[in-house]
Amino acid sequence: MFGKLSLEAFPLHEPILVIAGIVGILGGAALLGALTYFRKWGWLWNDWFTSVDHKKIGIMYFIVALIMLMRGFADALMMRTQQAIAAGGSAGILPPDHYDQIFTAHGVIMIFFVAMPMVVGLMNLVVPLQIGARDVAFPFLNNLSFWLFAVSAILINISLFVGEFATTGWLAYAPLSGIEYSPGVGVDYWIWALQISGIGTTLSGINFFVTILKMRTKGMTLFRMPIFTWTALCSNVLIIASFPILTATVAMLTLDRYLGMNFFTNDMGGNVMMYVNLIWAWGHPEVYILILPAFGVFSEVIATFARKRLFGYHTMVWATIAITVLSFIVWLHHFFTMGAGANVNAFFGIMTMIIAIPTGVKVFNWIFTIFRGRLELTSPVLWTLGFIITFTIGGMTGVMLALPAANFVLHNSLFVIAHFHNVIIGGVVFGMMAGLTYWFPKAFGFVLDEKWGKRAFWCWLIGFYVAFIPPYILAFYGAVRRMQSYPNAEWQPYMIIAFVGALIIMAGIACTVIQIVISTRNRKAYEDVTGDPWDGRTLEWSTSSPAPFYNFARLPVVGDIDSFWSQKQRSNEQLENTPYTDIHMPKNTAAGPIISIFAMIFGFAMVWHIWWLAAFSAVGMLVSFLGRVFNDDIDYYVPAAEVERIERAHQQRVEAQA
Amino acid sequence: MATETLHHDAHADEHEHHDAGATKVFGFWVYLMSDLVIFGSLFATYAVLMRGTAGGPTGADIFELPLILGGTFALLISSFTFGMGVLAMNANRVGQVKMWLAITFILGLGFLGMEVYEFHHFIHEGWGPDRSAFLSAFFTLVGTHGLHVLFGMIWILVMLVQLSTKGLNDVTRPRILCLSLFWHFLDIVWICVFSFVYLMGVL
Amino acid sequence: MQQPSYWRRTGTLVLIALCLLLAGCSSALMDPKGVVGETQRSLILSSFGLMLIVVIPVIVMTIVFGWYYRRSNTMAEYLPDWAHSNWIEAIVWLVPVVIVAILGVITWKSSHDLDPHRALESDVAELEIQAVALDWKWLFIYPEQGIATVNEVAFPVDTPVRFRVSSGSVMNSFFIPQLGSQIYAMAGMDNDVHLQANEIGTYGGRSTNYSGAGFAGMIFDAHVTSDADFDAWVAEVAQSSDTLTYPEGYSELAERSSFHPVEYFSDVTPEFYERLVSSFHTGSDPDTDTQDAPRAPAIDSNEAYQTTDNQADGEAEDGQTVSNEAGE
Repeated sequence: MFGKLSLEAFPLHEPILVIAGIVGILGGAALLGALTYFRKWGWLWNDWFTSVDHKKIGIMYFIVALIMLMRGFADALMMRTQQAIAAGGSAGILPPDHYDQIFTAHGVIMIFFVAMPMVVGLMNLVVPLQIGARDVAFPFLNNLSFWLFAVSAILINISLFVGEFATTGWLAYAPLSGIEYSPGVGVDYWIWALQISGIGTTLSGINFFVTILKMRTKGMTLFRMPIFTWTALCSNVLIIASFPILTATVAMLTLDRYLGMNFFTNDMGGNVMMYVNLIWAWGHPEVYILILPAFGVFSEVIATFARKRLFGYHTMVWATIAITVLSFIVWLHHFFTMGAGANVNAFFGIMTMIIAIPTGVKVFNWIFTIFRGRLELTSPVLWTLGFIITFTIGGMTGVMLALPAANFVLHNSLFVIAHFHNVIIGGVVFGMMAGLTYWFPKAFGFVLDEKWGKRAFWCWLIGFYVAFIPPYILAFYGAVRRMQSYPNAEWQPYMIIAFVGALIIMAGIACTVIQIVISTRNRKAYEDVTGDPWDGRTLEWSTSSPAPFYNFARLPVVGDIDSFWSQKQRSNEQLENTPYTDIHMPKNTAAGPIISIFAMIFGFAMVWHIWWLAAFSAVGMLVSFLGRVFNDDIDYYVPAAEVERIERAHQQRVEAQA
Repeated sequence: MATETLHHDAHADEHEHHDAGATKVFGFWVYLMSDLVIFGSLFATYAVLMRGTAGGPTGADIFELPLILGGTFALLISSFTFGMGVLAMNANRVGQVKMWLAITFILGLGFLGMEVYEFHHFIHEGWGPDRSAFLSAFFTLVGTHGLHVLFGMIWILVMLVQLSTKGLNDVTRPRILCLSLFWHFLDIVWICVFSFVYLMGVL
Repeated sequence: MQQPSYWRRTGTLVLIALCLLLAGCSSALMDPKGVVGETQRSLILSSFGLMLIVVIPVIVMTIVFGWYYRRSNTMAEYLPDWAHSNWIEAIVWLVPVVIVAILGVITWKSSHDLDPHRALESDVAELEIQAVALDWKWLFIYPEQGIATVNEVAFPVDTPVRFRVSSGSVMNSFFIPQLGSQIYAMAGMDNDVHLQANEIGTYGGRSTNYSGAGFAGMIFDAHVTSDADFDAWVAEVAQSSDTLTYPEGYSELAERSSFHPVEYFSDVTPEFYERLVSSFHTGSDPDTDTQDAPRAPAIDSNEAYQTTDNQADGEAEDGQTVSNEAGE
């Protein structure tokens, strides 16, 4: 009846998990109770969960990502604690089985459920506004993508309290992840969480690719697009071309585990190296999927706050395209030590280094945007400057790792850990924090508190270096990744310093939370009614904040890069005379959440081998999808009079402010 | 409402229409490209694992070309009949569209029947997907294609129902176009499967 | 003014940081005890130095420009529409291109020089040691000496050693940091790495590739000895009352254990390593394929050994990347 699921699946013997579980249940119950008490369910369902408004979906992505950041960071703290203690024969506080789950979950959560949703969330919030569109190409799919991601996040959290998570490392290398060496349900949770969210990501990629290519406003040629949109475009190309590889690879691992197939088994003709190749053929483009939009954010931030055009726009675009293409032919650098011949290793090493060229050019372009500018040192700018320095160092260690002969001693060591945190924290996290601060007023109509924003930045920056210089050094002593304990007592001081670094980063996260709480509480004081708090350059700043659900009352016409900026320079131009017209908008739909909930039940049933439930939920998915297909009532028109009313109200607010 | 939408078509040239036909078909193209990457991954895996027979049969031992050839022709002809269906759609002949779709469905069913028979036969002989890496890769590659055909057939059924209830309009036309892309795409993938897996396997 | 205490604090921090960094100089990788490791040290240092040519100016320019062109400094030049300069563009492309070109040449050369499959040049005859990763310990087999050990390996100084590396379980990586290059250990794969120590001593070794719950305990000691001491060590191992047979003794040893104590085996089943490697090549021999192919039942891998199967000897098989193609 319940497949492999029994009472033993609940980790009642683990005090940490029991406490976390009780807190979680109480917190959840309190939240649900509050929602019921204040009668917010209807509002939540109608205004948010079923919304096809890209801005709301973007906000929801960010909220889930921030919650998952807490979870992933709790994992990080436990790892740092364990390694600070478990030296010289001490077993530390976490037994291997638990520790292994934690570092696996940390990696999976931070990449798939924090970095990815932040990037996709930001694209949602910004891209349609930047290209002067009223929505994305496929609004319903957008909502579905979000929910597929959200239910996967739930699924991965269920693994905390029902059963276990994978103990294989975040990429679940076969054959360790095969049924022979990992007979538990941990890898299955990994499989279904990734598979469901991965399909959502692929749909997002297609959606935004089509949106950017097909829905740009009049006059916005490709080479007039804002850089963030360009990086989003390239990122989506990478998603479309690489996520299917992940889907196929994970599917093959699934078949190995569920049907006894032999793709990645040690014997019966299986080939474990194929798994490693395939997973990195996705995995390497994945890191560029994350970093390219962050590059875009920095480009927007630096040009806006330096009050100056971005230096070398075309170079920037071509550098982005070059990185996009090159990112597909470097995957082997993740396993030079597998024993491929010298020619193969040298080829992939050199290809990897070539990526450093366009990346280096980008760095110089940002620096020369500051040159002869008037740089306002706001918190987004601090994140950007911190990024340039940190990321350059990370790029340098990356090139060192790309030297196959040097990689032979650095591979799998803490040098690798330090390197990718160097580029992911210094690049993606800083980028997303800059983007969050920069576009927050566009989403909510008030700016974030600068003081707490700067505190968050300094904590993150200092915390990062304190936490990740020690692992760089330890690597030279032979310390490797994923050690639950180590006999070398002389490593312990470094591990303790790294732990302190993690605490400083925790203070940084706390600052961000305080920043959001304080700014929300004082939102009247932080209000921005103009819609253009930073004196921005691109179209998203030309509409009110928060942007109306239709984005633009009149679709803007573009004649230049940074068209809103040049329009402001010319000013006093008469464009207000054209009458408002009816606006065609998509209707909200419950299909996304419903299909996704069935997907989550399907994933859970598959994890626990509850076949009847899996069949039931699969039919549920199909039927609810067909329900959507047969529903023609999916769009409506906003009457011109309504548009006029909303726009007039906005103008009155602006005038009242002035 | 749909009627309301049609009524407002005058605005369509003014701004991009949501889910407008052209965007939809383009988006579907992009989806097909991503699907192609899935097949590419499976082909690559098959190429690597082809010789991993683990003492079990090789392709040459088990493939029965005449049977496969029959299925292949069924699928090829179904691409042609679908093409006729699209021509009929362009000529606004709903009845003919339905007829051609129904023929396509039957041909698809024939193809799928061939595949189910083949799989059943293999498993019955002890050459199931768990027998060797080669067979795992074979079943997965061919089975994934078969699963796509199955979804295509479900889609044809859905379109038959929608054509009966709604006829040809701005909603159903792009869907038929997308479905035809999907169907031709499966045909092309099958030609690759046929030459790469079956022909080269037997040679 | 609080300035002085601020500077003092910064100074202390910098001092601590410097101490930590300097401490790195006596570390395993910066104090290598073998030819391979020495080359890798200079490779790391030279690539590091080469990239500082770009990295330092970037950091300095970021800070200097960020400060000088700040909003409040109205003295600084301000050109809001200046966004292109052929000069600068040429330089920012050229400098990385040149550095990467140099690095590319270094990469090509060093990848071939330090190819782990390539035998080291030496007048001394090469010693072969077979290393097998098990859950979670290392088995070392000395085919010439006919002995085997667990979690301890010894070899003479200044003698090139060819480690043939495989696995009886999941993927691992064989690494003795102070000697240089690591290599993956994979079931059914006959990988190899050539190392040579130039100083007597005991060096820590381990698996670097995470392999499950006992991974942290997958460590061993590598003893680099004089020729005489090595002979004595071999003699000591040969005294052991334990022997290692295949497949019975192996199955027993393969039982999961972590922090496994050192074990000596005075005798090993001949071709132990080759038989273990090919045990994963179920029926891959084309001759056996045609004999009893179609209806052969699934065979348990460990019993599937066939004496005719000679594929283990470093040949590329099943698309594996292991090869000895590097021209010696």
